[in-house]
Amino acid sequence: MLRIDARGIYYRDLNRMVKEAAAAGERDFVLDNVNGQRYIGTGIDEALNIEVNGVPGNDLAAFMNGPRIRVMANAQDGIGNTMNAGSIVVHGMAGDVLGYAMRGGKIFIRGDVGYRVGIHMKEYRKQVPVLIAGGCADDFFGEYMAGGILVLLGLDRPEGKPLSGDYLGTGMHGGVIYVRGEVDPYRTGREVAAFSLDDADEKVLWPLLKEYCESFGLDPAEIQKVPFVKLKAVSSRPYGRLYCY
Amino acid sequence: MSSWLPAEFHVRIDHERCRRCKRCIMNCGFGTLSFADRVVADDRKCAACHRCATFCPEGAITIEKNPLAFKHNEHWLPEYRTNIIKQAETGGMLLTGMGNDKAYFSYFDHMVLDACQVTNPSIDPLREPMELRTYLGSKPEKLEFAMEDGRLVQKTPIGPQIQLDVPMIFSAMSYGSISLNAHRALARAAKECNILMNTGEGGLHKDLYPYSDRVIVQCASGRFGVDSEYLNHSALVEIKIGQGAKPGIGGHLPGEKVDQEVSETRMIPAGTDALSPAPHHDIYSIEDLGQLIHALKEATNWTKPVSVKIAAVHNVAAIASGIARAGADIIYLDGFRGGTGAAPTMIRDHIGIPIEMALAAVDDRLRAEGIRNRVSVICAGGIRHSGDVAKAIALGADAVGIGTATLLAMGCRLCQKCYTGNCSWGIATQRPELVRRLDPDATAQRLVNLIRAWSLELKEILGALGVNAVESLRGSRERLRGIGLSEVDLNILGIKPAGR
Repeated sequence: MLRIDARGIYYRDLNRMVKEAAAAGERDFVLDNVNGQRYIGTGIDEALNIEVNGVPGNDLAAFMNGPRIRVMANAQDGIGNTMNAGSIVVHGMAGDVLGYAMRGGKIFIRGDVGYRVGIHMKEYRKQVPVLIAGGCADDFFGEYMAGGILVLLGLDRPEGKPLSGDYLGTGMHGGVIYVRGEVDPYRTGREVAAFSLDDADEKVLWPLLKEYCESFGLDPAEIQKVPFVKLKAVSSRPYGRLYCY
Repeated sequence: MSSWLPAEFHVRIDHERCRRCKRCIMNCGFGTLSFADRVVADDRKCAACHRCATFCPEGAITIEKNPLAFKHNEHWLPEYRTNIIKQAETGGMLLTGMGNDKAYFSYFDHMVLDACQVTNPSIDPLREPMELRTYLGSKPEKLEFAMEDGRLVQKTPIGPQIQLDVPMIFSAMSYGSISLNAHRALARAAKECNILMNTGEGGLHKDLYPYSDRVIVQCASGRFGVDSEYLNHSALVEIKIGQGAKPGIGGHLPGEKVDQEVSETRMIPAGTDALSPAPHHDIYSIEDLGQLIHALKEATNWTKPVSVKIAAVHNVAAIASGIARAGADIIYLDGFRGGTGAAPTMIRDHIGIPIEMALAAVDDRLRAEGIRNRVSVICAGGIRHSGDVAKAIALGADAVGIGTATLLAMGCRLCQKCYTGNCSWGIATQRPELVRRLDPDATAQRLVNLIRAWSLELKEILGALGVNAVESLRGSRERLRGIGLSEVDLNILGIKPAGR
């Protein structure tokens, strides 16, 4: 196990230390006193374990391809940007543009998330990305979704705070969004419709929920007390009638 | 409701010459031709792609403009009248392919190059070597050297550079908008000519991995096909912010062109529209762009240059300055004549500025700010021949990208129907029976021929200019003169009028 005190270390040097140790065979890392260093975990292919103590900077795990990262604090914007494989667990809240163009792997956030989360997630066969946001989200959650699974739990939601912002799932043409609670129709994009869960959904969602709960010491049964709603695209070609050929 | 639209073209078949081999019927990708007792054409479907005429063994086919006369009107060109009929019938946006075809003023066609005579002798490229080699990448401000063990050693590190044998590269055309065979041809030709091709937004098919040291991989807003394997199978990585054909809007690959293989490479369900969002949703400021540039450098271990492709728009000079300062190694400028597989006609024809103006403005601004060395500038957008190439270099380009010219070399006739996926030449299609017509090796040879032809011409032009390296022409506005340009135009282009 390699423990690095990241205090005062420039992000390029920090990331280089991790990559060089990984190339030499090290698989377990603990980074202490992280304070805004960017691109941690970026472009790494090896299946490393990285524990981040402190707030990582933007683009955590951008283009990441395998490592398992645990952040023991809040995190910033751009987590899992175009991520291909691996997992990220954030014991706090996170910022905007999480999981942008995500193509695989899992992101679990305990708290609230910001704007534009889960944009243009994609999937292919067995490669299905998953992003579970524990708290509330802001506008454009799941915009342009082409595949993958997005989950919004709304845990610890203060009375009166909306579960999501506006334009939920706008432009969606693939994938699925599971929302725990009720979704105001005026907040959703035109391209989605809400359904209740069926058996196939539960087979997918409950195991993911269990995994999520294990990460944070939560009780899935408590969470399942509030019914979920499924949002799916009503057309895989939402823009099929826009043009004259 | 049947359409009121007149056919744009008329297929004229000389039935006396026709030997009823039906080759034309098999060749047409648009279903225009059929056989009754003789070859019969449904004129409304003809796109004037010339496939039938080219392959008719008897030369029995020609394509004419439908002689249906419109009452002449300089303001209401026939095209505008038929466009309205189309929209009245469909309620949809006009869609088109390739580049802006409207009669805008061409600055290239109003600039001429110098030649040496008498006092400054020209050079004969047949007998003296001409250097066309170009290196793309960020250059340091100065070089520092030190004496070490009696040897002069360079102390200044230089970032990654990509070598081109000639200052021309193949522009980005995505796998999806064009066929896999077309991509194969581009890769093989790029390797043989030691230049570059560009994957476009559609990802890199595994068959092209052997050519990856000659491939620019594009990271566009949809991030199709972008994973670490993709990023590392490349010569350099390009962030696509925009393109000249459709500045400000995203890409749209219709579901018809998303077959199983395209679906796998782009990681979206087959048959869905492949939509690239308008902005990158993680780039809302120049600092965000800097962040993505550095994320990509981090993801490729700082071993590759990062390029940023933008469309030429009004404030392109300021944008370019920002991009250079954000850490890009290369700026790719795409002018308003640039092509596309699909774009709304109104966007294609009415947005964006000419590449000549954009290039002059960007080169001037970067020089004025003392940062010209930080980036290589590639320009593209309707480069038609080596004369345009030479003029672009004189205006300041390090290299040019050619897209439309590349397609024409492959067989394209600029029929502008790429978005239908019915390209009879096997280029802009995914239909297997059409794609298999495009032989990657034979087509690669055509591309190699084109590059060779233009390189020879470029050498002749350099020789006439009295220089033996393209480096000596680069940014040398003094070698250009304007003909019929206004004072403002001359001022922006930074050139003198012919006669001065």
